[in-house]
Formats: sequence, C-alpha cells, structure tokens
Amino acid sequence: MSAPLIERSAAALADALASGETTSVELTQAFLRRIAAVDGAVHAFLHVDAEGALAAARASDERRAAGTPASALDGVPVAVKDVLATEGLPTTCGSRILEGWRPPYDATVVARLKAAGLPILGKTNMDEFAMGSSTEHSAYGPTHNPWDLDRIPGGSGGGSAAAVAAFEAPLAIGTDTGGSIRQPGAVTGTVGVKPTYGGVSRYGLVAMANSLDQAGPVTRTVLDAALLHEVIGGHDPLDSTSIDQPLPAVVDAARAGAEVDLAGLRVGIVAELGGEGYQPGVQQRFDEAVELLVEAGAEVVQVSCPSFVHALAAYYLVMPSEASSNLARFDAMRYGLRVLPEGVDSPSAEDVMRATRDAGFGDEVKRRIILGTYALSSGYYDAYYGSAQQVRTLISRDFAAAFERADVLVSPTSPTTAFKLGEKLDDPLAMYLNDVATIPANLAGVPGISVPAGLAAEDDLPVGFQVLAPATADDRLYRVGAALEALLEQQWGGPLLSADQLALETEEHA
Amino acid sequence: MSTPTELVDYDEALASYDPAMGLEVHVELNTATKMFCGCPAVFGAAPNTQTCPTCLGLPGSMPAVNARAVESAIRIGLALNCEIAEWCRFARKNYFYPDMPKNFQTSQYDEPIAFDGWTDVEVVTADGTETFRVEIERAHMEEDTGKSLHVGGTTGRIHGADYSLVDYNRAGIPLIEIVTRPIVGAGDKAPAVARAYVAHLRDLIVGLGVSEARMDQGNLRADVNLSLSPAGSGTLGTRTETKNVNSFRSVERAARYEVSRQAAILRAGGSITQETRHWHEDTGVTTSGREKSDAEDYRYFPEPDLVPVAPSREWVEELRATLPEPPRARRSRLQQEWGFSDLEMRDTVGAGALGLVEETVACGASPQSARKWWLSELARRANETGTDLAALPIGPVDVARIQALVDEGKINDKLARQVFDGVLAGEGTPDEVVASRGLAVVSDDGALGEAVDRAIEANPDVAAKIRDGKVAAAGALIGAVMKEMRGQADAGRVRELIVERLS
Repeated sequence: MSAPLIERSAAALADALASGETTSVELTQAFLRRIAAVDGAVHAFLHVDAEGALAAARASDERRAAGTPASALDGVPVAVKDVLATEGLPTTCGSRILEGWRPPYDATVVARLKAAGLPILGKTNMDEFAMGSSTEHSAYGPTHNPWDLDRIPGGSGGGSAAAVAAFEAPLAIGTDTGGSIRQPGAVTGTVGVKPTYGGVSRYGLVAMANSLDQAGPVTRTVLDAALLHEVIGGHDPLDSTSIDQPLPAVVDAARAGAEVDLAGLRVGIVAELGGEGYQPGVQQRFDEAVELLVEAGAEVVQVSCPSFVHALAAYYLVMPSEASSNLARFDAMRYGLRVLPEGVDSPSAEDVMRATRDAGFGDEVKRRIILGTYALSSGYYDAYYGSAQQVRTLISRDFAAAFERADVLVSPTSPTTAFKLGEKLDDPLAMYLNDVATIPANLAGVPGISVPAGLAAEDDLPVGFQVLAPATADDRLYRVGAALEALLEQQWGGPLLSADQLALETEEHA
Repeated sequence: MSTPTELVDYDEALASYDPAMGLEVHVELNTATKMFCGCPAVFGAAPNTQTCPTCLGLPGSMPAVNARAVESAIRIGLALNCEIAEWCRFARKNYFYPDMPKNFQTSQYDEPIAFDGWTDVEVVTADGTETFRVEIERAHMEEDTGKSLHVGGTTGRIHGADYSLVDYNRAGIPLIEIVTRPIVGAGDKAPAVARAYVAHLRDLIVGLGVSEARMDQGNLRADVNLSLSPAGSGTLGTRTETKNVNSFRSVERAARYEVSRQAAILRAGGSITQETRHWHEDTGVTTSGREKSDAEDYRYFPEPDLVPVAPSREWVEELRATLPEPPRARRSRLQQEWGFSDLEMRDTVGAGALGLVEETVACGASPQSARKWWLSELARRANETGTDLAALPIGPVDVARIQALVDEGKINDKLARQVFDGVLAGEGTPDEVVASRGLAVVSDDGALGEAVDRAIEANPDVAAKIRDGKVAAAGALIGAVMKEMRGQADAGRVRELIVERLS
C-alpha cells in the first residue's frame, strides 16, 4: 500500500497526478484538511486560501485531462511565505503595519508558481519583515515546531518550514537573508535552499535587505527542492539584479546525486564554522555525515575562511541599513495601517506617520531601523556601512580561495537544535548568533542548502547539514545534498520525517 | 536672521561685496516611459492613472533603469563637455515626504553619470558681448516625486491646508540635475550670467531633443544659489538656495534681489542663514523656506536594487558623434547665413530669440523680418507680461504667416500689430484674426479716392504746397486719409492718388 497522499514527496504526487491516481482537487483538499486539523497547534499559516487553491486545482485537473499540464508540478499545492506579494491575497510580512493589505500584483515567484499550475494553499507565518530566527517576532503570534510544540521552528521562515514538516504542504517558498530558509529547515528536519543571489527574481519580495534577500524552496526532499527551484528560478527583467543566464540543471543534478557516486568530489570543511559554540549533538551528526560522503568517494579538505569571524558584525550593519530605508515607505499615506495620534486636533502628515510607525512596527523592527539609520548617518557611514561592505569583499575572497581547493564547502547549518519558545527573546545577540553559519553565504551571494542530518543525541531534535557552492553552481548543492539524503535514508530505513513521529494531535484520522 | 525691510541698492551692494552663484537645473526628460518602470511619462493625464507598483513604491516592487534616459543623460553630459563615468551607481536619498512614494528618492550621489564639464555663455552688456565660462560640476540622473496639491488654507502650502491630494503620475519621471561649480568673478554681471546660462542650457537641451525644456511647464526648473563675500576677499560666503525660479528673467531678478537682501543683512552686521528660499514672481522677492543646515542628513547609500551603469566607451563615442552643432558654431553659421550685423546678432541672442528667428526663417520669413517682429513687437509684449519670448502663446509659424500677409500686401505693418494682438489673445491663426477682425488693407480706389478728395478739401494749404511741387508735404494728407480709413489702407496707393490729383 502506498503512503497517504499528504506524506508523499512532491515528485511522487506529480507522478500520482500524471498517472491519474489522484487529482489536484483531491490533493488540495487533503492538504486543506490537514491544515484544518493541525494548524491550530502549529500556526504555520497566517492566511489559508481554500477557495483560490481549489479553483487553481480544478483548472489544473482540466489541463491534466486535456493532456496539457503546465509543468511537471502542475497541480501540486504550495505554501508561500507572507513576504511575497500575492495579488488579492493578504500580504502582511508578519507585521501589523500591513494588516489588511492586498497587493494589486503578484511577485514574479508567485506568478511563476501560478503559471506552472501550483495551487497556492495560503501564506505562511514569519518574523516581522523577516527579522528574526524564531518566528516569535511575528505580530500574529509564533509558529510552533512540529517536532516539539514548545520549541521554535526557526526563522524568519518558520511558517514555511513548519508547514512542510507538519505535512500541511508538500512544498513551500521561503526567503533567506541571513539563513531564513536554511536554519528553519535545519531545526524542523526539512530541506531548504538559498539559491545564488540573482538566481530567483526578487520582484514582489518585500525587501528586508535587498543585497542579501533571496527566495528559494522549502521541501521534504532534495529532488522536490530542485523541481521547485526550476519553477521559480531564472532571469526576470523586472529584477535588475537577477542573473541573465540559464539556470543550472538542478533537477538533473538531484537525480544524479541520488546515484551516490561522489568520486573526485572535493568537500571543504570550514574551520570557522564548527567546533566551539556548536552543540555536541549537532557537531556529531555533522561529522558522521562527512564520513558518509567520504565513504561515497568524496575527498575531504580542511579550509580556513578567516574573515568569516566578522560576518555577523558586517551583516548587522548592512542588513539594518538597507532595512531602515526599505521600511520608510510604511507611512500610512497610501496603504496599510493608519493610526491617528491621540490628543492631536488636526494631525499633520508627519504626526500620522509617527503614530502609525510607532503602533505598527514591533520592537525588533524598530531596533533594526534605529541601527540602520545610525549606521548610514553622515559621519558614521564610512566606519559602519563602508567597513561592512569591505568585510563583504573579504568574505567573497575567502570563498573564492576556498573554492579553489574544494568543490563544495560544508558545515552544520545552525549551531544548535531548536531552542525553546521565549528562551532567547530577551537576548537579541544570542538570537543573532544562531545565523553565524548561514550568514557568510548571503554576504557573498553564494548558494546554500540545508539537508536533514539526523537527530541530536541529547535532545532528539533535527540537525541540519549545510552545503555551500560557488555562485551559479547551485547544481552542486543538489548533487551533494541528494547523495547525502540517499546515504542517510539507507541508514534510517526511510525519511527522517514521518507524520506518526510528530507530536501533533490531529483529528484527521478520526 | 529676519529680512531687513531696507534693501541695499544693487550697485551699491556690489561695491562692497563679490557675489558667487551656483545653479542647479533640473531637466525633465521627454522619454516615452518613466525612469524606473514602464509607465507612460506623459503630461496632463487624469491624476494617478499613469502609475504601477514600482512608481507607487508598493512593497516588493523594484526599479529597472530606462536605457533611453541614460542615453539622454550621457548626451547632455557630452554637450556640456563633461567626462562620462565608466561606471556609476544610483543611490538612495532618504527623507520623508508624502509625495515621495518610497520615502527615498532614487538619485545619484558621489558617482554621477557625467562630471567635470564646462560651457561658454555669452552675456550682452553695454560694452558688447562677453563670454563667460561656466564650469559644470556634475550632471546626474534621478526620478521626480509626485505632486502635492494642498487644499484649503491661504498659502497653498502644506501648513494651514485642510487636506492635501497627491498625484503620483509625475513620480518616477526621469530628471537630469545639472549642477555648476560656483560662478565667481562675474561681479555685477553675475545675475546676467546666470540668466544667460539657463537660457543657453535650454537652447542646448532643445537642440539635443531630450526635453521640451519649457520653464513655464516645469520641464526645466532652476534653483539659484547665491552668496556674498567682502569685495576682494576671495572667499565664499554663506549661501541661500532660491527654489523653482521659473523663467530666465526671474533667474536674474531673483539673483539681484538676493544680492540686495544679503548685502543689507551683512552691512547691518548680521549673518546669512543657510536656507532654502521661495521666489515670488508677483512681488519680486524671496522669502524664507526651510532651514538647510548640517542637520539635514539624507543617509545616501548605493541603491541595492539596481546594478551599476557602465556605458561602454564605444557607445559614448557613438553618442558624441550624434551631438548637434554646438551653440557657438551654430551662431556664427546663422549670422553668416542671415547677413546680420554683429549688433543685430548680439541682440537676437541676448533676447533669447535665436531659435525662434531660425524657426521663423525656416517657415519662409526673411531673416530681417523675423528678427524685427521677435525683437521689437514681441519682445515688448513679453517684457510687459514678464514672460520669456518662448513662452508667449505665439510661435514661429504664426510670425512667418503674418509677415507673408504683409509681403502679399494684404495687411500693412500697423495692421500686423493688431494681428499679433489677436493671435496672442487666442483668437486663432493670423488668417482667422484678419478675417474675424476685418483687417484687410483697403486698396479699392473708389473708397480711397473719396477719402483723398475729402482730405484735399479739408487741407487747402497743404494741397497748395503739393501743387507747387513740394511733394514731401503729402505726408500730412496721407496721415489724414489713413486716419479716416482707420489704418486699413495701402499707404503707397494713397500717395499715388494724391500726387495724381494735385499735379
């Protein structure tokens, strides 16, 4: 007997649709039922669009019936992080200030999902404006980790990762500015890919830090990620920073990787991304995974990237600087929240802006606006923003040197497993440290993937294994990721994630 | 701090102080689409109809550079003898204002597309034509903001208004800002140099075909910076920036006013506040706007949503090859073609009528007649209404047609003036005005003959002189006939009829 629909991979669902075993409407209904059953506990979604998803599913079934599917994934549902503009659907970015805003246009990623026939189940929860590593900074309440509801699902894209981990969606879109796809992937036992900067259009992605943001797939298997990557990736004239060359053959690479032949592959272990500060159980699973790669024929080299120690500091100058400017547009003049100041008779535009921004932004957002405004101020610009950009150059040079010696670089995705909700809320710096291994890739624009590497011995929580590749060589992530996934699943006797294993009480089986 | 009621006489002020001026001119390009999106860049559409997520700054939207605007910017830079950057970026200028959709303006900061240029302008003075070299610091690309309309209140400004409306059609229209280095050493001619520079710039822009460049419609907007320093000190004083001065004439007037105002403050021992000032066309004064001090921090940083602009040297050279004839070369060519004297040419240029005369000649008028109308009749009217010649509601086509009517004998010069009145009053084309006002010359001998007979009868002394051979006396009779015919007679024919009867 084959697995229940919701537990199958997107690739398997596409096969089931192609063979006529199921329909997109049936599939979409199954996921909508699952959402209804578990999302009260998980809170992965901010908005579920059952009507829109089913309409898209019906259209998909008609195409399948006519023998003209729009893509391999036509009819397979997807969840979208609430930071991407969706025409007519609420897009809040997890912020009060955008409550009720329905964009008049689709992000390019969303337009491509629709063109490929993927029904959009809804919009997933996130840290406000993608600022955070735990999804606790959402103005609409935190998302819970399906592995342990008292723990964080990572962030900022905790909603997308939790939705996929809890089998509420087979596929999701995340965005990654400093690790917001990969770190949630690591702590929820899912796969998350940050493509090369410019590999996926940012048009319609509400920017936190334009020079770092990148949208990418959140899935349960490496092949699914590649299939989704192929749908959303490629040049877009609406995004001047998108790369004007063909996407690397990521699906082929994922299929080839599953054959597990890594002979000749040079795997670089980054000295600065491991060891001290990393949870022993995380480090242990990482070391074991490297051993598996070696057994499959890979050669291990030790590399050093000395500038990585400055990555976090540089990131916390560049990101807030860009964010402080991006978020200036939320001023109550044209859309979103409008708050009238109390006790002011005929408030000026400035009064309304001030009152709205005070009420509409959360503390973390305000903290970063203040940091960024300060860093860009005349007299401080060179010391802060200017120095941070120099660090980016150094980090890019470190990567270039390391990629001379290794085809891919590897590290634990996150130094720890999922921490408890509330544990780091009062300590922003501790929260920021969670992204120490993921940030260098954003600063240099190189692609990265996180694949599940097992559970940490001390807490039985998922550990992520990160693979990094040179810019535009995203296919290497899929080759290595798929190989590791195949090797681990041989050991485990199946996928890490199973619906039975999760701490979710559902009404579905009733 | 406050404006003294007494201004110092202009010449007196310049005996004690040296003026330094700087001009920032914004040119609205005539590209089909906006600077960073595909919306039509048209003038006069219904409010907020020419907008999209990008020019409205909606969350998630992104800019993409209009290549034609970059081309126009490079051509302007080349025409101003600038260096063209091999690599430059856009930058964000951050400040909050309701008509700016993103609350930052996408502009250029320390990496302008064009820099280090110069252009020679000619100023007509009592002593002849003097040439001044104006150095260009930079020309950079940016986007326009939306347009606010403040409703209610008395001033039309945001303070005191009941509410404000914003039209974002203008948001994102491409602008080129051209900034001069300080213009020093022009002495009392500084305001005239400033005026000549802006007029020269307009000619140049029109010649390039990159903008309509009409000051009255805001296609060309000048900010006038002026400071005074003690005569001979060689230093630069604190400057004021007078915004949106919207005619050539006003550029000069505003500068002269600021000289007198600042001199009064300095002479009284005060100091100049660095600030933005507003020019009032009606009263001819400037008033304080907002203070512009070091506190204004735009937190510029490179626009991360755009890639650098890196025009290839080949492209720049191609564009250089398409530049129209430089203004000076054009002037000497036209002077030769038209056979103007130096004085005539200087007056034509000084009045800003060179292009108008050229177009009028192209429409068939003789150079001398074109010059005559633009520099006498129309210059007088422009002066009366305080506008520039180019802004008068009459064009070269009309002027050429009026001259043709004169040449054909259908009207005379005196009637032509009435045709100008009619066209300027919006009564239609010259032919329509002639028809509707009944201005055709009377050359019908019957009616004229009777008038001539009456004139001879009423002026027997004059008639007697003519009979005695003093034909020059006929002028008095001609005048009488013309008066009776209300000017609508062919004066030559009147003379013939008088001489016929009295010889």
